[in-house]
Amino acid sequence: MSDKTLTRMDLAEAIHTEVGLSRNDIAELVESVLRHISDALVRGETVKISSFGTFSVRAKAARVGRNPKTGQEVPIHPRRVLTFRPSHLMKDRVAAGNRG
Amino acid sequence: MIRSELIQRISDENPHLYQRDVERIVNTIFEQVTEAMARGDRVELRGFGAFSVKRRDSRIGRNPRTGESVEVEEKHVPFFKTGKLLRDRLNES
Repeated sequence: MSDKTLTRMDLAEAIHTEVGLSRNDIAELVESVLRHISDALVRGETVKISSFGTFSVRAKAARVGRNPKTGQEVPIHPRRVLTFRPSHLMKDRVAAGNRG
Repeated sequence: MIRSELIQRISDENPHLYQRDVERIVNTIFEQVTEAMARGDRVELRGFGAFSVKRRDSRIGRNPRTGESVEVEEKHVPFFKTGKLLRDRLNES
């Protein structure tokens, strides 16, 4: 494993070699892709990207939690959480790339 | 929402761009994320979330039908952690 961290900058750079747009325009487009995905999720929609994976929102019920340090009971409010389920293709590629 | 709808929405907002280019941009984003994880790298998109690779140790599994023990090899799986901003937005109002 090379253990590098990619950011928006790296994505923009990769796109720059694919399409002839300015880095500024590309940065804005990357942002709007993330915004559209986020907005759909906030509306409660599932976002399904073929051969990549599925983002979905689940509702979690309220429950009583406990502070592990003090043992004190604290109420955990009902909330919505996001889960990502990778596609088979992604799982296969990640497993193959990190083997051995 | 599916990939084609995402591309359509970005295209609608950017009438000056060829749909072909929008398609390429969207596809490159997802392709880069997958390629990074296949190399064992992380992808951190502040506010949205972070993609990383987790190692699952080898273990002795069981064939649920026959009850037979089988060794399951160590493997690496993709993992996504929601960013703080998006997590907060999901729980607004």
